[in-house]
Amino acid sequence: MKAQDTLLYLDGVSVSFDGFRAINNLSLVLQTGEMRAIIGPNGAGKTTMMDIITGKTKPDAGDVYFNGEVDLTRHDEAEIALLGIGRKFQKPTVFESHTVEDNLVLALSGPRSAFSALFHKQSANEAERIEDILYTIRLNGKRDWLAANLSHGQKQWLEIGMLLAQDPKLLLVDEPVAGMTDAETAETAKLLREIAKTRSVLVVEHDMHFVRELDVKVTCLHEGSVLAEGSLDFVSNDQRVIEVYLGR
Amino acid sequence: MITQWFFTHVDRRGGIVIALLVAIAFLVPLSNLLLPETSPLHIPTYLVSLIGKYLTYALLAVALDLVWGFCGILSLGHGAFFALGGYAMGMYLMRQIGPRGVYADPVLPDFMIFLNWKELPWFWYGFDNFWFAALMVVLVPGALAFGFGWLAFRSRVTGVYLSIITQALTYALLLAFFRNDMGFGGNNGLTDFKDILGFNIQAGTTRSMLFAATALFLALAVFVSSFIIRSKLGKVLVGVRDAESRMRFLGYRVDRYKLFVWTISAMMAGIAGALYVPQVGIINPSEFEPANSIEAVIWVAVGGRGTIIGPIIGAVLVNFGKTYFTAAFPEIWLFALGALFIIVTLFLPKGILGLYGSWRTKLADRAARKKDSAPPPVAAENVHLPEPQAAE
Ligand SMILES: Nc1ncnc2c1ncn2[C@@H]1O[C@H](COP(=O)(O)OP(=O)(O)OP(=O)(O)O)[C@@H](O)[C@H]1O
Ligand SMILES: [Mg+2]
Repeated sequence: MKAQDTLLYLDGVSVSFDGFRAINNLSLVLQTGEMRAIIGPNGAGKTTMMDIITGKTKPDAGDVYFNGEVDLTRHDEAEIALLGIGRKFQKPTVFESHTVEDNLVLALSGPRSAFSALFHKQSANEAERIEDILYTIRLNGKRDWLAANLSHGQKQWLEIGMLLAQDPKLLLVDEPVAGMTDAETAETAKLLREIAKTRSVLVVEHDMHFVRELDVKVTCLHEGSVLAEGSLDFVSNDQRVIEVYLGR
Repeated sequence: MITQWFFTHVDRRGGIVIALLVAIAFLVPLSNLLLPETSPLHIPTYLVSLIGKYLTYALLAVALDLVWGFCGILSLGHGAFFALGGYAMGMYLMRQIGPRGVYADPVLPDFMIFLNWKELPWFWYGFDNFWFAALMVVLVPGALAFGFGWLAFRSRVTGVYLSIITQALTYALLLAFFRNDMGFGGNNGLTDFKDILGFNIQAGTTRSMLFAATALFLALAVFVSSFIIRSKLGKVLVGVRDAESRMRFLGYRVDRYKLFVWTISAMMAGIAGALYVPQVGIINPSEFEPANSIEAVIWVAVGGRGTIIGPIIGAVLVNFGKTYFTAAFPEIWLFALGALFIIVTLFLPKGILGLYGSWRTKLADRAARKKDSAPPPVAAENVHLPEPQAAE
């Protein structure tokens, strides 16, 4: 496959930490508008793959292209974010001493220079977008709460809201339902499916019920490379996947 | 109109402090100059200068808190910017002496004659003009901070490493300014000032005016800090403090934000130094002592890091204590300071103002629970300082 017609294109990517190969000749392709679920045992390299895509970690070898033409290995985190790649972290990372609303204000797409921030005045349009997102993530009643006082699940949702505010083309979502109740998990699946209608999404998750509800193509990583790829039924019937991941 | 503009950028507490500072800028000189010495409300000149000196420290503390409290950059070298501002002012005051020096040279300061220098070094040009010196008071610390910050923040030096190199910076300057051939009076520094803007620097009126200027500049610094902190830029800074890499993944160039606030803070520190020198009558290399910068950190910690007025309270209280202790029990001052720092870090992590803040939230919480509604969990100011957490 050629990089040109893809949204995200990883080919032959490897990275080692002190001699340990966390990512090993990994190739993965995501089409525009596609949602993909990534599964795999602990330490398979799922988070490290996101680190590479977002510029936090530079690969030792391999190609990483966004939108067919942008070589992501040549950009840093801030530039990649501005290209339209947003990320939710495995451990929910919101700005705890800011209110829910301010977390969204900070994430909202728009000029990022220090000068524009100093004299920033919220426009009606921005206020409306924040209102919408607050509603979507069910936190409109808690807009003035400090993020530190939210429950774990609410923090996860706030972080998804921040992703939405960034208005990215591609969302990287690392374990969004960890620590959520079953009801919250179902809601999150619904929300992600809604988001995926207009954007591309890469979701890492261990929760198989959740992955099933997403109802998308699944990639199973193991020891830094792709073990199996296809529908969830196909992947979960793969003998090697059962051995290293599901069977345990 | 103007008041409305003012209050969109300053909270109530900041507004009160600014009003108080403006009030004492007028009242203290009035009391010193107009009331008879027998009046109980008369403030003697020595006290005016002493409080004036405390307020210059408070200004330094406000500057330091802007980077440390709100952006998480622990500078252990802010005294360097303070001292540089002080030297710029000192150079102006030296050139004001003119032919009234011991050697009566119309241009060269005494220490240069003493060193057998024949002409003024180029970097002393222009300092006979007040406006030029005033410009240098902000430009020199600002330029140094900009260069230093540009290198440090771009290479993502943070935390302890950054603190150590700020300390090294002030130490290097200390050694440099000790040298006679640097051309800043060496060991003895700059002193024996005669007048400022044509007014006798010893005169009560001049001292009162210097005090008033200090109080007004401090009020201005409180306003500028509030303006920054309450803007979106301020929210970015707090975000950087709490989760720096998260901020990057949102697309912010963290290094530029740090550079901005770092440079502004250094300029404020420079102004503090420039106001300090005419009130104490001397500037010498000891102002670059690393211990001075560390003391400034203690003032901020005591008053309340991450609040705008905490540093003012901390600087004034600790220095009041210092004046008292160094006179009454000179040998235990350093121990007292050390003990204070330990007590504050162990028991008052948010300083005096944090104590007040948590007491207020507790009251609000109790009131809210009485009404059986959800607690409004927002603190009045940013007194909530979670442990810095790395994104991921
Ligand atoms: N910065 C780093 N330095 C050293 N080792 C690292 C680093 N980042 C990741 N690793 C190692 O790389 C391997 C892959 O880690 P990664 O976090 O990507 O796994 P994961 O698939 O996300 O696992 P989990 O499901 O537990 O989140 C692990 O063995 C981890 O210890
Ligand atoms: Mg992971």
